[in-house]
Amino acid sequence: MRLFIAFIFKEFKHILRDQRTLFILFGMPIVQIILFGFALTNEVKDSKIVILDQAHDAFSQRLIQRLDASQYFDIERVLYQSDAIHEVFKTGKIKLAVVFPPRFQHELLHTNQASVQLIADASDPNTASTVTMYASAILKDFQDELIAQTPLPYSIKPEIRMLYNPQLKGAYNFVPGVMAMILLLISAMMTSIAIVREKELGTMEVLLVSPVPPLMVIVTKAIPYIFLSLINVTTILLLSVFLLDVPIQGSIVLLIAESLLFILAALALGLFISTITNSQQVAMLASLMVLMLPTLIFSGFMFPIENMPKPMQIISNFIPSKWYFFIVRDVMIKGLGFKSIWKESLILVAMTCVYVGIAWRNYKIRLE
Amino acid sequence: MESIVASHLYKSFDKGRIPALLDVSLSVEQGELFGLIGPDGAGKTTLFRILATLLLADQGEAKVDGLDVKQAYKAIRHRVGYMPGRFSLYQDLSVEENLDFFAKVFGTTIQENYYLVKDIYQQLEPFKTRKAGKLSGGMKQKLALCCALIHKPSVLFLDEPTTGVDPVSRKEFWEMLQKLKQEGISILVSTPYMDEASLCDRVALMQKGKILDIDTPSHIIDKFPKKLWAVSATNMYQLLMDLRAFSATAACYSFGESHHLTLKNDASDAASLQQYLTEKKHKDLKINTIKPTIEDCFMAML
Repeated sequence: MRLFIAFIFKEFKHILRDQRTLFILFGMPIVQIILFGFALTNEVKDSKIVILDQAHDAFSQRLIQRLDASQYFDIERVLYQSDAIHEVFKTGKIKLAVVFPPRFQHELLHTNQASVQLIADASDPNTASTVTMYASAILKDFQDELIAQTPLPYSIKPEIRMLYNPQLKGAYNFVPGVMAMILLLISAMMTSIAIVREKELGTMEVLLVSPVPPLMVIVTKAIPYIFLSLINVTTILLLSVFLLDVPIQGSIVLLIAESLLFILAALALGLFISTITNSQQVAMLASLMVLMLPTLIFSGFMFPIENMPKPMQIISNFIPSKWYFFIVRDVMIKGLGFKSIWKESLILVAMTCVYVGIAWRNYKIRLE
Repeated sequence: MESIVASHLYKSFDKGRIPALLDVSLSVEQGELFGLIGPDGAGKTTLFRILATLLLADQGEAKVDGLDVKQAYKAIRHRVGYMPGRFSLYQDLSVEENLDFFAKVFGTTIQENYYLVKDIYQQLEPFKTRKAGKLSGGMKQKLALCCALIHKPSVLFLDEPTTGVDPVSRKEFWEMLQKLKQEGISILVSTPYMDEASLCDRVALMQKGKILDIDTPSHIIDKFPKKLWAVSATNMYQLLMDLRAFSATAACYSFGESHHLTLKNDASDAASLQQYLTEKKHKDLKINTIKPTIEDCFMAML
């Protein structure tokens, strides 16, 4: 136990004395959250929209007022001719056009059904999906009010059209993505580098010729990074709640527990990488290639997995961050409980076991 | 009792393409200071690593403290001190932290075996808060020796401990080894410096993975087969050319301030050497017989 503590202290000293790396470790989540966060929120608030009102009736006027009153939208112009819309979008300033068809109120009152076309500039898919979502919500609110007044099944159907990028599906959230990326980076990459550094500097050689069990060297390497990762989870959550107004809908304890599970999986992965590499550079490249890129591409954080070709979808199942991304999204954004994420959690547990197993088998008690 | 026994060790790297050890056998008595002498690439480090349980030999057996290096590697790792050729301490930890850490690694404390490292550590004491990476070469090696000694090992493996160390520190280092020997610690030390060979109890001369000879330094010198001549003159380069062209020369090589020369026939050729060089009109010509050093013996064996 004394030895265990001595090793942990040593690791903390290594980390704390390498101040440049430490700065990056703690600075990175903050910078990323702020970058991703403001790239998103600033644009969604006060988005410039145009209205094409072909109906000119009381209902369309009421809806236009609501859109204008919303903090998300800022009506730039009201158009009266449909061919002006494309010209307006070409300026790049307009995020959304709301088109009321002729006889909007008449249709709604007589057939109980009317549609409003929402045309979004989907060259920025993130913003496009967000603004159409907000606009749809306003339409839905209006519809619910009408139903409350008269018990008729009025339905206003938003017809969404994504300009420039029709394939866009669903809004993603960057907070789970950033969490997956940061945790993977710190836990897997930093641990593998820390272990490989001992090999590279020759200290592993000295430690091998000592009574210390090799497992001790490695486990104690990982522990400080669990702490660092938990600090980063906290930072990200605090930033997202207080700075970005992304509330945690589900259980915070569950979220932290799942994060811990993912950290363990990432550490196991880092361990595995460290057993197959001999230099810090290779460890870093391997981490980047094996962890970072797949996290970005296959976790669903940047690109929706549903749109990928079948083989890519299959590959994505082997990326641990995909499952963690789903878990965080479900718990944090959708507010779901453990019942709906137990499968993902189980997959992460299984992956951790496999990585540890392989690392264990690969671990060398000698130099060769 | 024998502390280290190696018998018929073979080791090659890169799937047999690069032979590193070819039939290496040696034994080190308890409390003996045993030197492995040889140039870079002789296989010294490979031999160290096999004995320190870090590599497995392709063939042959080795025992340390009576324990087999393959089967009983865990037990061996408890009782040996190993100092690799490359500086292998934590550069970002201070002198004191390094020593303290390695004491804990071996389940002991600095206080417990302080008497062993006292002489060395006292020299490091003024710098004990300095990071190990910021020490001079000699200081680093002294610290590494302290760390390898702090658990009072019964066998000490020192792989080129004085390479890259200034002459004064080298001398001090060897004085320490002599003291450790008194404690009954068996020491296997390798060095590329031939002058350090005479400080060992016995030496093994190694070259290209083979052991050329094992004996005490004085015996090795006694075995030198011929008279050795030191020849010098003003124009040393021309002298070397002339000596090598001389028909009675057996071997001649440059050795510091003079050329060392052996003749094919000591008795008959000595007089003709003097005559030959005088004819070549060398200025300040000096010809003396000298006592061979280990290096001369080594050169003669190649």
